[in-house]
This record gives sequence, structure tokens and C-alpha cells, in this order.
Amino acid sequence: MSRAFLGLPRSRRDAHPDADVAGEPFGPVPHPDAPLRWGPTFPDAARTALDNAQLRRNLGHATSTIRAKRAAVVGEVPDWEGLRDAGATLKERVMATLPELLDELERNVTERGGVVHWARDAAEANRIVSAVATAKGVDEVVKVKSMATQEIGLNEALAADGIAAVETDLAELIVQLADDMPSHILVPAIHRNRSEIRDIFLARMGDAPRDLSDVPRELAMAARAHLRRKFLSAKVAVSGANFAVADTGTLAVVESEGNGRMCLTLPETLVTVMGIEKLVPSFDDLEVFLQLLPRSSTGERMNPYTSLWTGVTPGDGPQEFHLVLLDNGRTDVLADEVGRSALHCIRCSACLNVCPVYERVGGHAYGSVYPGPIGAILTPQLTASSGGLSGHHDPNASLPYASTLCGACYEVCPVKIDIPAILVDLRAREVDADRAHRGVDPWAAAMKAASWVMSDGDRFALAGRAATLGRAVAGRDGVIASAPPPASAWTRSRDLPAPPARTFRQWWATEHGGGAP
Amino acid sequence: MRIALAATCIADTLFPGAPRATVRLLERLGHEVVFPASQACCGQMHVNTGYFREAVPVVRNHVETFAPVADGEWDAVVIPSGSCAGSIRHQQAMVCRRAGLDDLAATAAAVAERTYELSELLVDVLGVTDVGAWFPYRVTYHPTCHSLRMLHVGDKPFRLLRAVEGIDLVDLPDAEGCCGFGGTFALKNAPTSAAMLADKASAVRATGAEVLTAGDMSCLMHIGGGLSRERAGVSMLHLAEILASTRDHPTVPADSAWPLRSHLSPGEASR
Repeated sequence: MSRAFLGLPRSRRDAHPDADVAGEPFGPVPHPDAPLRWGPTFPDAARTALDNAQLRRNLGHATSTIRAKRAAVVGEVPDWEGLRDAGATLKERVMATLPELLDELERNVTERGGVVHWARDAAEANRIVSAVATAKGVDEVVKVKSMATQEIGLNEALAADGIAAVETDLAELIVQLADDMPSHILVPAIHRNRSEIRDIFLARMGDAPRDLSDVPRELAMAARAHLRRKFLSAKVAVSGANFAVADTGTLAVVESEGNGRMCLTLPETLVTVMGIEKLVPSFDDLEVFLQLLPRSSTGERMNPYTSLWTGVTPGDGPQEFHLVLLDNGRTDVLADEVGRSALHCIRCSACLNVCPVYERVGGHAYGSVYPGPIGAILTPQLTASSGGLSGHHDPNASLPYASTLCGACYEVCPVKIDIPAILVDLRAREVDADRAHRGVDPWAAAMKAASWVMSDGDRFALAGRAATLGRAVAGRDGVIASAPPPASAWTRSRDLPAPPARTFRQWWATEHGGGAP
Repeated sequence: MRIALAATCIADTLFPGAPRATVRLLERLGHEVVFPASQACCGQMHVNTGYFREAVPVVRNHVETFAPVADGEWDAVVIPSGSCAGSIRHQQAMVCRRAGLDDLAATAAAVAERTYELSELLVDVLGVTDVGAWFPYRVTYHPTCHSLRMLHVGDKPFRLLRAVEGIDLVDLPDAEGCCGFGGTFALKNAPTSAAMLADKASAVRATGAEVLTAGDMSCLMHIGGGLSRERAGVSMLHLAEILASTRDHPTVPADSAWPLRSHLSPGEASR
């Protein structure tokens, strides 16, 4: 389905919009009911994605560009490691005192004229937002790009209540118009190139110029004109939050396009949905994160727009402010000693851009609005209560294995989340959950047998001598080019060397005496 | 110095050339090498696949085998693998603690403190960068993820290689990118692993090197497996095999990833 569209010949770029592009199934992913669990397991989804040459070119180009930008602006900060330490320490403090800080935030937001709501899960959060919009009598709200509202499927929930949610971030708008899913935390349309975006605008935007080209400036101007009309008519805006300051009740949104500033200032009513982990203790702490975030995410020294607001200011900006504090599995994550540091994440997406796995398969393969390395540790934990860590019966259980543990993610993480260590820990939780299941698991059987062989020098020596007999199956060129399962997964694209005539320990016994071990 | 060798399970069984070269090199530098025969494996595969419970006996065997280094019987343990050294340093004690084995965890930490990857041992402990090697071939070096980002060996392997007489050391493009091995990742996510391998293999071929070297045989088994399938004519040699090579006792690269089977006779120099 996606390939039919992505393979459009270039001549179609000049076709009349209504004639042939409209109605194309743009989204490689039909909009899912569960934003944290859709599609097949990671290995299956990855296999499909790897066959998409256009996707791989788009991703390879985009991730290498962002990687280079980040490396350059991080390299010029002399105390970068100190900043990372400060960010990590602050987040540890937040997690250690989260209940107290949340109470403090609620108190301060309320004192300044805001209304604080607590949402246990996605359904509760969606009901709260919908109720606010309904009370205002609107059938359309404008939105600032937000991962929390992606996570709870807010747009779909509002649509079910007859309210249209309009995404105003350019990339998020592209994804929404295509009825697609985001494939990146920061650049959700990273899997699209500009000619695909042109086709999406022509088919779905309604007011796009008919002679629209794929020149980036023209595309941006078309979106700008489309969105300006929305900003000026909207009565209610919905946002997420990058940070919330407990000791002042201040909310912060950082962005690049100014669409956020429009949403946060023009409408009469603002609803902010925020994961409970997004707190910082005091206003001064923003100093650390406002340095770490833009350099790690967009590769900019400072993001173009930083909006801070505290409750309601009479005569200035929205006169009604609602803050929805979202749990949705976070307290479960917090309860785990190792996994909890996944909550430190400030959604910069540096880990996605450096991940060699993400770069090849893209975000949709992760089957969650949180893709890449951070998604691989966050998604299964957030969905743990519904089976996300229950062994290989749940598609999310394959996510902790979607990594070579190369460590590139940990190296760039601005708050020093040891993603490889958490991946390994989650794998252990999967394996332990699986032990309770009946039936023979070939992996478990192999690991048990290997454990027996590899925990004793004599047994291992015997196994090594047996392995040298494997020389018999190698060809004259010294390699094993095909093998039965599970080794066939290896030999499909790689040779195996023939075992040597003597193991090392046999050589040692002969050359260095002491007899055969 | 009296140095205990942890050969690694994969090299002991499949690539004995690497630990043999480690022995030859250290003895040439005037050190005594011992090989405790009760050793088998560090447990990395079990830990990284999530089988902590099955990892415990493997880790216990490794820790008990090398415990004498903590009592001063040996001065150091050397292991010619970045990922095994990483697992010993960052995982073994954790796995023991999780199993409630605090005493074993303490011993594991003490052993880990005295365990070094080969380039660390040479440069940091023995204080040598010119080991007197001779290796007149075009070589490129793959830094391997765990040496680079878990052990932070930095430029130590390069300093050792640059001091080798006759070597033509060429840069590997996108050197720091993972080759796609990742232990059981290569089986559980084989197509993704193969896509990563294809890019690494292209990078190696672009250098025109005759030899690809690294500090970890498992990564070399993976990249070599791809290059062998392509009949690329690039030979895989562990860093130790290059550093052990001298005019009198040269390491001769094969014309393929690994020596031809007909050459695999007992006592063959490079294997």
C-alpha cells in the first residue's frame, strides 16, 4: 500500500490535484486504536520497512543531517558533560520526590487561576479535554505538537465527540493530513520527502494552491496560510508541556515554528496535557534543560520560541487555563528501580537520530508513538500492566530486543539515561515473565543448555573439541555457507568460519605443557 | 608481570589465533602468561539476552576461576575482547546481586577491577605503545561499540597500530557505527542486522584494505561473515595478531576472510 504511493513516478508531480492524488491511501499505518501498541512485532515490522527503499533514503538523509548538526553544537559547549550530570541529577531528584512536587505544582497553578485535573489513564485524560471543549461549545480546537496527546490518542477521542483537533506544527500537520502516524518524536514526518508532502497537501489540505510545487518554501507558505485561518478562529487550544516548574506553577513549551506561541496566546481557553514526570523543582532548573534540549534535539543553540506561562494573567492570553496531569502507566514505571530513569526523558530524540537500528527501519516499526531507543524502553514499561512485559505474546515484548546494545543512545542522551542497561533489564523481565508460560521455548532450552556447558572448564573443553568436528561440514573454502535453523538466520546473509583443527586450550596444553585440560 | 589470560569462549573455540597471538605478544614483551583451564565464558550472551538466572553459574565459574587475581596471585587478567571486558566490568556484579549473591558480587567486582581489555593492558598497565611489531599490509580498524562506548578505550588501539612497522593504516568511513552483530540480535532481528552489516562491509571495501582488524572477534566474525559471502578478499585479524607479528614470526593474512580450510592444519601460524 505504501509502496504504491511512495513509488509515484516523478511525472505525477504536475498532475491536477483532484484528478488522481485525492483519495490515495497516504498512511503506511492505518490510524491505530492503541497509540502505544499497534502493528506486528518489531522483527516483522522491521522486515517490511527494510524493503522500502524510499523510506530508507529519506531516513538516512534526515538522520545523518541532524546527527551532524547536534554534534557541532554540542561540541562547542565546554561544560556539556557537567550539564548532562546536572540534568540527570535534577531528574533523579524529581523522581525521588514526585508526589510532593506534584502537590506543589497543583497548589501554585491553582493559586494563579488555573484548574488542575488528574488523569489516571488515557480515557480519563481524553474525557477531561473533551468536556472542556464541549463546555465552550466549540467543534474545533488548535493543537501544539505534543507527545502526551499522541500517547492518549486525543485527536481520535475528540473526533468521536464531534470536535476536530487541528495540528499546527508543520510536520504534525503533514502526518495528520495523510492520516498517518508519527515516526519520530521531534520530526514526526521524517519518513516523508518533499514531493510526498506536496502530494499530501494537494490531496488533503483543501486550500492548497493548485500549482503547488515541492519547493520547501512554497510548502511552508501553503501550510502557513492554511493554519493562520485556524489560529484566528480558534477558541480553544490544546498543548503539551516540555517542563512544569513546581515552585512557581509555570509551564513551558519550546518550539521552532511559532505555531505554539499562536496557540498558547490567541485562544480564550488553553488545555495543557502533561505527563507527571515533566516536572522540575524550581524555576532556576530550567536553565539546565533549556541548554540541553535544543542542542540535543534540533541541533540549535537556542530554539526560536520559548513560551512560559503561569496560571491566568487577566487581560493577557487565555483567560481560562486547565492543566491535565497524566499518569497512564507512569507510576508503574516509577516503581521499578532500574526502569524508572526512562521517565527522565525530555523527548529530545537525540537517541533516535544516532540509533543504527532506527536509521534503517524508521519509527513505524516500533508500533508506538514513542519509537527508537527511548521508545524501546518506555513503551513496554508504560504498557506493562496490559502485557507489555509479559514475554513474547505481546508485540511490545519484542521492543527491548530491537537493539544491538551499541550504546550510541546513552552517549548522546542529555539526561544520561543508560538505555542499553535498561534494555537488558527489560529483556530479563520478559524472560522471567515467560518462565511462567507453558510449552517448550527453543530459546530458553538453548540458553539453559549453554549455561550448563559454559559454567565448567571441562565441559566447555569437551564442547570445543566437538566443535572442531564441525570442520567436516565446511567447504574447501573454509566457510559454512548454509546451516539448519536457527543458524540459518545467520547464514542467509553471512558465512560462518570453519572451526579450527585445534581449540586454543588444546594448543595451550601442547605448547605450554600441563597436559590436556 | 604475571598475567592471567581469559581467552573468551568464542576465540577459544572458533578463533584460537587471537588468544595465541595475545600469549605470543605478552611473552615477547617479557611477561609470564597463565591460562587457568577452568575458565569457559564471561556470561555476556546470557546476560544480554535476558537470561540472568542461567547467567549466574557461568558468571560464578568465571569469577571463581579468576578470583586469585584479587589475592595477588596474578598481577592482572587480560581479555582480548572489548565486549567481554565490558560485561565483566558492568554486568557480572549486577547479575550476582540480583540473584542475592552479594559475596560473589563483591568478588566479581574485585576481579573486574583487575581485568583489562588488551589495548588497555598494553597502554595503561604496561605503558607500551610500540610493541616492536612488523606488519607490512594495508589495514583498517573497526573500533567496536563496546570498546568505544562501554570501555572508552579511545585512541589506544590506534596508538598501538600506528607504531607497527610497515603498516599502512587507513581510516574506516563511519567507523563508529555498529556492524549489526549485537549477539543474539543477529538472529532475532536478522534482516535489520544484515542491513547494518551491508553498510559496514561497503565501508570496509571502500578503504581498499587487505586486513580488517578490531579488538573483538565476535564483531569480526560478523563483518567477516558478510565479506566472506561477498568474496571480498579482506582478511579478518584480531588486533593481537597484528601486534604479535614480527619479521621473524610474521602473521600472514589470508586471501579471504578466514584461512582456507586446506590451510587449517594444526600448528598453522595464524590459527
